Amino acid sequence: MRRLRAFAVLPLLASMLAACGGDEGGGRPTLNWYNFPDDSGALQKAADRCSQASGGRYRIAYNKLPRAADGQRQQLVRRLAAEDDSLDILGLDVTWAAEFAEARWIREWTGVARQRAVEGTLRVPLETSTWKRRLYAVPYNTNTQLLWYRQDLVPTPPKTWAEMLAMSATLAQQDKPHYVEIQGAQYEGLTVWFNTLINSAGGSILNRTATAPSLGPPAVRAAGIMRELAHSPAADPSLSNQMEDQNRLAMESGTAAFELNYPFVYPSMKANNPELFKSFRWAPYPRVDANRPSRPTIGGIDLAVSAYSRHPGLAFEAALCLRNRENQLTAAIEGGLPPTLRALYDEPELIKQYPFAKEVLAALESASVRPLTPAYQNISIAISHTLSPPSGIQPVSAVNTIRDQIDDALRSEGVIP
Amino acid sequence: MSTQAEPAGAPPPAEAERTGRHRAPLSAGARQERRLGWLLCAPAVIVMLAVTAYPIGYAVYLSLQRYDLRFPAQAEFVGLSNYGAVLTSEFWWDAFWVTLFITVVSVAIELVLGMGLALVMHRTIFWRGTVRTSVLVPYGIVTVVAAFSWQYAWTPDLGYLAELLPSGDAPLTEMWSALWLIILAEVWKTTPFMALLLLAGLALVPEETLKAAMVDGATPWQRFTKVMVPLMKPAILVALLFRTLDAFRIFDNIYVLTGGAQNTGSVSILGYDNLFTALNLGIGSAISVLIFICVGIIAFTFVKLFGAAAPGAEVK
Repeated sequence: MRRLRAFAVLPLLASMLAACGGDEGGGRPTLNWYNFPDDSGALQKAADRCSQASGGRYRIAYNKLPRAADGQRQQLVRRLAAEDDSLDILGLDVTWAAEFAEARWIREWTGVARQRAVEGTLRVPLETSTWKRRLYAVPYNTNTQLLWYRQDLVPTPPKTWAEMLAMSATLAQQDKPHYVEIQGAQYEGLTVWFNTLINSAGGSILNRTATAPSLGPPAVRAAGIMRELAHSPAADPSLSNQMEDQNRLAMESGTAAFELNYPFVYPSMKANNPELFKSFRWAPYPRVDANRPSRPTIGGIDLAVSAYSRHPGLAFEAALCLRNRENQLTAAIEGGLPPTLRALYDEPELIKQYPFAKEVLAALESASVRPLTPAYQNISIAISHTLSPPSGIQPVSAVNTIRDQIDDALRSEGVIP
Repeated sequence: MSTQAEPAGAPPPAEAERTGRHRAPLSAGARQERRLGWLLCAPAVIVMLAVTAYPIGYAVYLSLQRYDLRFPAQAEFVGLSNYGAVLTSEFWWDAFWVTLFITVVSVAIELVLGMGLALVMHRTIFWRGTVRTSVLVPYGIVTVVAAFSWQYAWTPDLGYLAELLPSGDAPLTEMWSALWLIILAEVWKTTPFMALLLLAGLALVPEETLKAAMVDGATPWQRFTKVMVPLMKPAILVALLFRTLDAFRIFDNIYVLTGGAQNTGSVSILGYDNLFTALNLGIGSAISVLIFICVGIIAFTFVKLFGAAAPGAEVK
């Protein structure tokens, strides 16, 4: 044990030495920013710009977390649980803020920092970084799904799920491409689908105070639609294994007529299938009830300041810089990440890149968030596990199972598979 | 674990008995020597306590708490309720049966293949070293590395093995095919270990006995079943014990091949997920302790019921 500990200390020492070296260099502290790995260079650019703009008060080092969200969370959690003080700014998935806040791993945003974080920021992304009415992070980027369809097959996009499934059935009769591409694999994407449907049906997974499941008839409705899709001609044969990328590929290969996915499919279609791109269109996410707007689930990243950071004041400032107007615009245009600042959606440069900016903004304004609770991981797994495969859903009993498992999770008695 | 503890615990009483028989009161020198002996092995004992007893004790302690990193304010003593939650959870039993299935099937296959390999290694006259070395190659490869090769090989569009299947088949995404592939990876990897232990057992079979059987007209099969296997029994049981204990704790192959999806998770995967994804130290520790108990039961069964002797204790 001792020896092991000594080994564990070595890399730590090395990084401390490195940090010291950096400090001596310009006499300025290094702020470690941990965020998802970005290949576009937009995040590194933001880090460099902010280091520059700080006038020598700090330097931001962008550290890449693993690619998969679970891996990102595991690394952060492991280090925070060990009170690692070499983390300063943390890029959290929108579903983690409650958990990190309740575990006291991140600092609350107060005073001026809070004011600057809230100013001009979209409301729904802010909800994801709020826990028990306190702000624990600042929204960095957001994301939401639209309905993508082929205009050559579907002249007017469907407004509701029922319409979409009917259109798909008609196309199937005519022997035309007719699949509805959606995330049906047993993972977070399936939970997102369910969350969108239940919110669109006027319900929610948890009650307002996140103390008990809400579910009820809207949940049964949502599960019913998932089952209906799986048993209709609209279902892709590999529905139960599909994630966002398989959906994108299926649409690009021409086997589908509809796709529910994030805006990254747009530049991809342009690059991979210019022929189909000509008739590739977008529309708001289909409704559950014709008279109630759809409420697609939002994704994205929130920036938080670690409770163990040695430079919290600078870290708040740096986080605000990383998500300022200029850097969000770069991230949107180069990295394809929809911004969280309302004003950017009117920016001509952004609209040129995102012809669907208006629809994305509209979707964001009526968007829903996934349950805000420290036990989110359990809840998400309970949902995706119970509703997989979609063809096997028995709506009423599935919702009962989900309710029982959420009850357990909220009491720390849930075993996750 | 308990098998390792036994030889460590056994010598002192035996030592005391022997010395007691020879000269009743210990001479000052002997006492000194004994003290020195204890002092010399003290560092090892302390290290063993620190790396095994302490974590085990701590896990037992945690398993009796509501200790959830996400709800630190609500940590409290909850008695056995974590065990209740785990034992009434279908996920535990799913994982348990999957683990048992993988253990029984893979160890059975390994025993047969390992015996074959051991006989080959034992009987080879030419290139004995080459044969033994090449048989051991899979065992020398890091499990995670091997598991990744298997994973790529079975992934459609990437792997050469997936090419052999009807197109569109993704065997790792379906429960039963994935389980068999996990067993295949496990067998490929650890059969050499089994073979090595059995080879040691084969060396115990005296050549004269086999020759005598041959003179008596025993067929090769009879010589194998009536002479070799009974004489090798201790070695076979030890090999089975080691492999069963290992197989029951299977983690790395599953982690890489399926990540536990489609109900292919073992109990160790379940424990890992509850500790590291759910951050529920109470439930996760309860699972770890239950795995420890299962392993204990397996070891006890082998030692008491089948009379497997721990290595070094064969002389008894």
